[in-house]
Amino acid sequence: MSKPQVAIFDLAGCEGCQLQIVNLEDSLLQLLSLVDVVEWREAISNHGPEIDIALVEGCLEREEDVARLLHIREKSKILVALGSCAISGGVHQMRNALSSLEARQITYGNNGFLKHLDVHEKVQSLDQIVKVDYSIPGCPIHRQELSYVLRCLALGRIPFIPTYPVCVECRIQENLCLWQQGQLCLGPLTRAGCHATCPSHGTPCIGCRGYSSDANPQGLRQSLNRYHKTPEEFEHHLNLFLGSSLEHAHA
Amino acid sequence: MPKSFQIQIPHITRVEGHGNLVVRVTDGHVEKAEWQVVEAPRFFEAFVQGRRWDEIQAVVSRICGICSISHSLVSIQAIENALHVQVSPEVQKLRSLTHASEILQSHILHIGYLVAPDLFKAPSVIPLVENQREVVQKIIELHRIANQWSDLLAGRTTHPITLIPGGFTRTPSLKEFENLQHDLSTATKLTNQIASVILSVAHQIPHFERETEYIALQQPGQYSFESGQIASSDLPELTPVENFESVTNEYVTNQSTAKWARWHRGAYAVGALARYNLNHKFLRPAAAQLAHQLGIKSKCINPYANSLIQLVECVQILGDAQELIDFFLENPHPLNRESITPRAGEGVAAIEAPRGILFHRYQLNDQGICRSANLCIPTNQNHGNLQKDIETLLPQILHDDQESIRQLLEMLVRSYDPCISCSTHFLNIKFIDS
Ligand code: SF4
Ligand code: SF4
Ligand code: SF4
Repeated sequence: MSKPQVAIFDLAGCEGCQLQIVNLEDSLLQLLSLVDVVEWREAISNHGPEIDIALVEGCLEREEDVARLLHIREKSKILVALGSCAISGGVHQMRNALSSLEARQITYGNNGFLKHLDVHEKVQSLDQIVKVDYSIPGCPIHRQELSYVLRCLALGRIPFIPTYPVCVECRIQENLCLWQQGQLCLGPLTRAGCHATCPSHGTPCIGCRGYSSDANPQGLRQSLNRYHKTPEEFEHHLNLFLGSSLEHAHA
Repeated sequence: MPKSFQIQIPHITRVEGHGNLVVRVTDGHVEKAEWQVVEAPRFFEAFVQGRRWDEIQAVVSRICGICSISHSLVSIQAIENALHVQVSPEVQKLRSLTHASEILQSHILHIGYLVAPDLFKAPSVIPLVENQREVVQKIIELHRIANQWSDLLAGRTTHPITLIPGGFTRTPSLKEFENLQHDLSTATKLTNQIASVILSVAHQIPHFERETEYIALQQPGQYSFESGQIASSDLPELTPVENFESVTNEYVTNQSTAKWARWHRGAYAVGALARYNLNHKFLRPAAAQLAHQLGIKSKCINPYANSLIQLVECVQILGDAQELIDFFLENPHPLNRESITPRAGEGVAAIEAPRGILFHRYQLNDQGICRSANLCIPTNQNHGNLQKDIETLLPQILHDDQESIRQLLEMLVRSYDPCISCSTHFLNIKFIDS
């Protein structure tokens, strides 16, 4: 059996998710015995081969990003959304609270009106444009999870990404709960798989892996009082990654 | 014979997205040589507005996956300045140690995955795995140590967790410092071994020189990556960091979605080459010696040498780091975290990110909510300078064969930017023979 061809693409993002591929270090070499990484030019040219697995990082800001994504989808058998930006817009979805003109003006001043700075009214995630076959959550993605998903796909298996919340992993690590220490932690709402890395370092979870499948923001809202937290603080915190809607919760 | 050709390099990156190079030559005359930045605009300055003082780091870290520690540290420092918070010298030292890990990470990524293939004339790092397995393994090992170093101090290598205004949420134990010290002595050996391999191929670095303005932080007596004021090679005196806008003079051009910068000339350069030119007299002996062996003069105006100087900086930063760890081994006291009360204010800070000087400015309201931000990143400051390099280089190499023109232009772009998306090698060049 020939090795599956893997290609990596980026839209609007920080490249931090792609960097995790390099950060696999030695296991990257092992991974290369399972898959072939094809270069972009080869992958995208009209005469190029079909891509078995496309890993797509980043969200969509402009018309040309949409055109590229459609083209990638057309050429790829399996399309994987790599990281929060691709799955939900990540931090970029915060600009959806502004109009695109406001965002352009704040960033570029009066030059913000120049044609080449045109962007869509709202930041979009991949699944708003094309069918996404698998998602690897996180901002950034977790190296081991990436390696695991690629192995599964290379061997034709379906990868399993936890659906339970970060709190489960946090308790396994025997951390003191940050809510008890007066901090607003989004672990109860957020999909596990990062080994509760933030609370384990004394920092609240900000929800970078998206909603867990049994997330109950309403329930958490009702217990805010007990911890002397206001609903405003809570919504403000949700806005960083999760947003108030459960739209992407069960992807 | 006068040549005519066009070079269209759509997306000079492995994975598209960031830069195009468009060149048109007719009858031996360069009609157009344009570096276009087509990266999607991302509007951080817009959506960081409204975020609280203790959330800003998590937001702006996402500007760049490779230099997220630099963005985190400079934002925290600017916010502390706005809130009149003074952290202890120990916290500052631990921050320097954290920052050093990122510089090593980023420089090794650049030298190992970008520059090495050029020097060994390989199309990318993947074939090098076969042909130069031993050195590739050393690069991987060194990169792994740098990453673990970041993991230990920042919580993870990309988008740090432990760095907050006021201090750290977690600090290493004595045992962890000891292990790190051990790893860094391995890292120093690996760096020296890699350096001797690079030395054997350093003559492959193209010879091209162009005078320009260099800008970097300067702290007299020190090869600074964090402290000091703004130095320019065109100006005898230093400029306070608070006045950075008078240095960067950012402007919007039609050929770019990123803002460009200029000061005394049409463009200036930041990064390892700029730091070296302004601060080389403060290098440690081992680093200065390597620079000498690599043939780098005290004034170096060859942009291709940037990667070699990054290697010199790896030696420098490892020496700095080992001293810092010695300090923590000798002073094993827990670090304080300053408590912070929000207040209205404005704060500015600068840091040397791996790719050059980075500025952040924030205005906070009385609840510590960000009202406005100005973030000026190194890559943007370099775009104008790269454009000027291309304009100067091209007429000098017009008589070379097509393959070397392609190679030289690619290497020039790569010498500026270690982003992994720029890491592979392809250019679509159409040569039209007249
Ligand atoms: S998800 Fe986070 S780490 Fe990944 S590209 Fe987006 S901002 Fe960067
Ligand atoms: S610290 Fe956060 S993740 Fe951990 S148990 Fe508490 S709420 Fe859950
Ligand atoms: S703890 Fe939360 S914010 Fe931190 S990595 Fe995990 S999901 Fe992301």
